[in-house]
Amino acid sequence: MKIKWSGLVLAISAFAVSAVAHAAQPSAAMLSNACAGCHGTHGASAGPSMPSLAGQSKAFFIDAMKKFKSGERPGTVMSRLAKGYSDEQVVAMAEFFAKQKPQAQTDMVDPALVAKGKTVYDNTCKRCHLENGKEFEEDTPMVAGQWLKYLQIQMGELQSGARKMSEKKAEKVKSLSSADWEAVAHFYASQK
Amino acid sequence: MTMERRNFLKLLGAGAAATATVGMAGCASSPAMANGRKVVVIGGGYGGTIAAKYIRMMDATIEVTLIERNDHYVSCPFSNLYLGGIMPDLSSLTIKYDKLAANHGINVVQAEVTGIDAAGHTVKTSKGDFKYDRLVVSPGVEFRTDEIKGYDDQIMPHAWKAGPQTMLLRKQLEAMKPGGTVVLSIPLAPFRCPPGPYERTSMIAMYLKQHKPGSKIIVLDANPDIVSKKGLFLKGWKKHYDGLIDYRPAKKVTEVDNKNMSVLIEGLEEVKGDVINIIPPQKAGHIAHVAGLVGPDKKWCPVNPMTFESTLQKDIHVIGDSSIAGAMPKSGYSANSEAKVCAANIVAVMNGRELTEMSGVNTCYSFLSAKEAVSVTGVYTVDKVKNAIVPVPGSVGVSPDLSELEAVYAQSWVKNILTEMSS
Repeated sequence: MKIKWSGLVLAISAFAVSAVAHAAQPSAAMLSNACAGCHGTHGASAGPSMPSLAGQSKAFFIDAMKKFKSGERPGTVMSRLAKGYSDEQVVAMAEFFAKQKPQAQTDMVDPALVAKGKTVYDNTCKRCHLENGKEFEEDTPMVAGQWLKYLQIQMGELQSGARKMSEKKAEKVKSLSSADWEAVAHFYASQK
Repeated sequence: MTMERRNFLKLLGAGAAATATVGMAGCASSPAMANGRKVVVIGGGYGGTIAAKYIRMMDATIEVTLIERNDHYVSCPFSNLYLGGIMPDLSSLTIKYDKLAANHGINVVQAEVTGIDAAGHTVKTSKGDFKYDRLVVSPGVEFRTDEIKGYDDQIMPHAWKAGPQTMLLRKQLEAMKPGGTVVLSIPLAPFRCPPGPYERTSMIAMYLKQHKPGSKIIVLDANPDIVSKKGLFLKGWKKHYDGLIDYRPAKKVTEVDNKNMSVLIEGLEEVKGDVINIIPPQKAGHIAHVAGLVGPDKKWCPVNPMTFESTLQKDIHVIGDSSIAGAMPKSGYSANSEAKVCAANIVAVMNGRELTEMSGVNTCYSFLSAKEAVSVTGVYTVDKVKNAIVPVPGSVGVSPDLSELEAVYAQSWVKNILTEMSS
């Protein structure tokens, strides 16, 4: 990038006013790195109740932020923080995280529940949560390799109705028991 | 203009000025050093570790040295849980620097910074001089103990820098007889971690309720009212610790009597305690004063809101508690976020690119009981007219109620942010 001499001198000067005047919009990295305090560097979460955003579906990320903002999806800090970003900024963050390499967590899962979860997955989930939850289409999230605790919290909210499902999903999962949900959580958490 | 031009050349790593810088450093073995672009970071806490890491992640050709006096760091956030007895020790809040150094090629130096030669672009330490093109100062806070006559932190600990002080206060609480009185003194804002004293009140009250029957805590707040999350703290105190917390606003402790274990408010009213925890008023870390980074208030460091460059000293940036970051509170999360803003724009300037507009976040959790927490959040941007960091409307707010889920999320917050700092 070619920059005018005078512009650079201003940009590197100690005077705030000139620096402000020469700033571009916040970059995708500037916006996204601010999330890492809770979601981990580049969206690879080290905290068991916090989802990894690295490699997450762009469409799902945008949809989730929209729903946090509107209150359609229950949230704690995210219900407030989502309101701090414009639609364009949310898209920039979604693209940033979608580009990051997914990193499976190192959670302990129950092998028996993983096996049971695999059956539930095959029967009920795999049409939308492709490739054992590693792949996604449209606004389906990447669920493979997320922390067990995070999956359990989210599945609890789906079962209780606090977090709304699409009609298609609600129809599909209505026969699942709590034990089935728990097993699927272990199955997804076991995916590397 | 001549000075600026020379600096410009040095920043770009081109021309005679840059060569001279490298020559003085006396080492040109790696490409980064050959390029002559050096950043020195002072302070290995919430701000400094992240500034060092993100500069290296964004541009691995910049040489980064992180100078910290200790070989480890203990997080102040969450240390109240140890005081409350729901965290067995401080090990989960303690980080070391070896992985951070190895993963990102950061030169971590354990040394005491003794001075900064701003004109000579040199940091002076107990282990020699370090040249820099850009310096990031993240020293946390220093206590204005001169405003509390007789103050001795070995008798009335502050425990506002985590580590031995936290352990001393914990020991004092454990040794206190049942039916005893704890006195907690809160300084006038601004201070590090606005909700922190009220979380501490909750955690100490929880400890007293469980382990010291008949005891109480008297809170002497220099402020006219609870500074942060007021409604939520009052609700939690009523729910869990009714009658146990004696909160007294507008009570500024100005003197202590170490022999009689009492404090004096404005030199008049005396309050006695079996355990006395004094959080003294605060100012920017010591080195910020030595280096001429502190503004006319003689307390905090004015900075450019976009780059966190000092408005008083060229090429020196101040982040974290020491800086005046507009609407961003003095919190661990703010320091983390400010470090990234500062890092991105140091890298931009060093590469001759346009600055990127700042975007910051704060999220602060406070525990009210072993299982309930509340939070305050905010997304921050720069108001170009005011030339100041301001909140984005709608993003700043507190939890609607005490929340068990937020306590679960808080545990992951501390895990994530300390992992980010240490790897």
